[in-house]
Amino acid sequence: MDLNQLKIKSLEYRKAILDIIYKSGAGHTGGSLSCIDILNVLYNKVLDINPKNFNEKDRNHYIHSKGHSVEALYTVLCDQGFFSRKDLEKLNHFNSHFIGHPTRKILGIEHNTGALGHGLSVAVGLALSKKIDQKTNKVFALLGDGELSEGSVWEACTTASKYQLDNLIVIIDRNDLQITGKTEEVNPIEPIDKKFESFGFESISTNGNNISELLNVFKEIPIQKNKPTVIIAKTTKGSGVSFIENQINWHHKVPSDDEYGRAISELNERLNSYE
Amino acid sequence: MNKIGKPNLEIFSETLLSEAKKNKNIIVVTSDSRGSGKLVSFGKELPDQIIEVGIAEQNLVGVSSGLAAGGKIVFAVSPASFLTARSLEQIKNDVAYSDRNVSLIGISAGISYGQLGSTHHSIHDFASLRAINNMTIVAPADNFEASQAIKQAISYGHPLYIRYGKKPMMDIHPPGTEFKIGKSIVVKKGEDLTIVATGETLQRAYLASEILKESNIHCSIISMHTIKPFDKKTFIEFSKNSKAILTVEEHSIFGGLGECCASLIAQNNINVKLKILGIPDEYMINGSQADVLDHYDMSPEKIAKISKDLINK
Repeated sequence: MDLNQLKIKSLEYRKAILDIIYKSGAGHTGGSLSCIDILNVLYNKVLDINPKNFNEKDRNHYIHSKGHSVEALYTVLCDQGFFSRKDLEKLNHFNSHFIGHPTRKILGIEHNTGALGHGLSVAVGLALSKKIDQKTNKVFALLGDGELSEGSVWEACTTASKYQLDNLIVIIDRNDLQITGKTEEVNPIEPIDKKFESFGFESISTNGNNISELLNVFKEIPIQKNKPTVIIAKTTKGSGVSFIENQINWHHKVPSDDEYGRAISELNERLNSYE
Repeated sequence: MNKIGKPNLEIFSETLLSEAKKNKNIIVVTSDSRGSGKLVSFGKELPDQIIEVGIAEQNLVGVSSGLAAGGKIVFAVSPASFLTARSLEQIKNDVAYSDRNVSLIGISAGISYGQLGSTHHSIHDFASLRAINNMTIVAPADNFEASQAIKQAISYGHPLYIRYGKKPMMDIHPPGTEFKIGKSIVVKKGEDLTIVATGETLQRAYLASEILKESNIHCSIISMHTIKPFDKKTFIEFSKNSKAILTVEEHSIFGGLGECCASLIAQNNINVKLKILGIPDEYMINGSQADVLDHYDMSPEKIAKISKDLINK
């Protein structure tokens, strides 16, 4: 899949995210749009996780620690053939496993997340199991920036560093916003790179909404042997739809009929430019 | 007279070490707890099968879940007090909800830490874990139950919590006794009343029954080593055929063995007297485990006296 195809995927994924949130009447629009390019590159170019190898032990793993952005994950997993678009229409229906946070009841999902600050410890455990088994598989974990206030994240970092987990790749979706407002006003977390570095990580920053930059970054991992990697992916909350970008109220706002129509039109216009 | 064995905690570590030597897939995770968990020799003999995360119980449980996701049979070992409170959300989400093959080992459970005080006591663990779906709770009474619980944990395949105390325990069960997680053990049968005990208080209930025998009172004794899933069948059968039920536990009177029994009696319309012995809702008295249990009416003599009162003899 070349760069242009990936860029087209990102636009299509954005349309799908808006579509499933609009139709199901609930979802985390802003955070799903901010991390979708990261998931695009991971699932189409980096992870090599698919429905055929998912139940095998020796493969890479992905932990979606910012579980609320599940619509992005559903969208990409659906595209990878883990389930059908028709299955996804059951999102938020009574007795459906497609709910507002990921669960292992759905093929393709590694771990039940939703409460923040949990995913990194689990990823550390998985990465340790690979080291014990002397496998070269990698473990990726995506964390939100607001999530970094959870102390358990930093507990996990100490273990990642102690055991020199260079097979662990942590990605921070640095969109600067959380439900109350700007992360630096709610509870300042900068300097993120220096914090992780002081915990024994190698850090690299990138534009998390730029496909070619992301491709380059993932080619460089692990940055250093015997050290875990953190990728600080600078993103825009609500990325890709002009009136949703950087708006606090779009954390979990559902588009109205009008907003949905306008958002899809914007994305279609950009899609048309590729044809 | 029954022989006094070893502390259950020692039996836990010996059993785990011997099983882990045979099974490289067994991984122990500790939070600066290998000394109190009697796992120093495990660490020396099987250094590749032990992960140390330091004093970080939330991380202990999360890392254990990840190791299990990677196919390991995981024993997460930490003082019961911290394990089941500090990391309760990790237990709920990363172990129980995610259905991971993790055995959570609560060491120095109940009031084993004695004079170290309430920060170190776990009189809440049955209650907090009972309310978590997909969680099994085991409190072994004697050395036999302690070793059997570990052996069964290895092939259990699902979330499990086992609590261990650190005082030498009397051997209660004769050779040939069957132990199965979820199935209680009837220690003895008697027509006057039934005493149901769990964990280390079984010894006290057993000694109480010996005192009662001298007064020609014959009671049944049930070792309810598994708090969840509860052996309803055996309990209901005995409740229907007993004049009174007395429950004994090293736990708060709220949310543990006693209230579980009360609920079953009420919901099955069983007409039987019930008395719950445990730690009352108050600023807990300080003392050794033995002195505190005695203080809260759980000495063998007091259990015998309360039993007599219960059946008006």
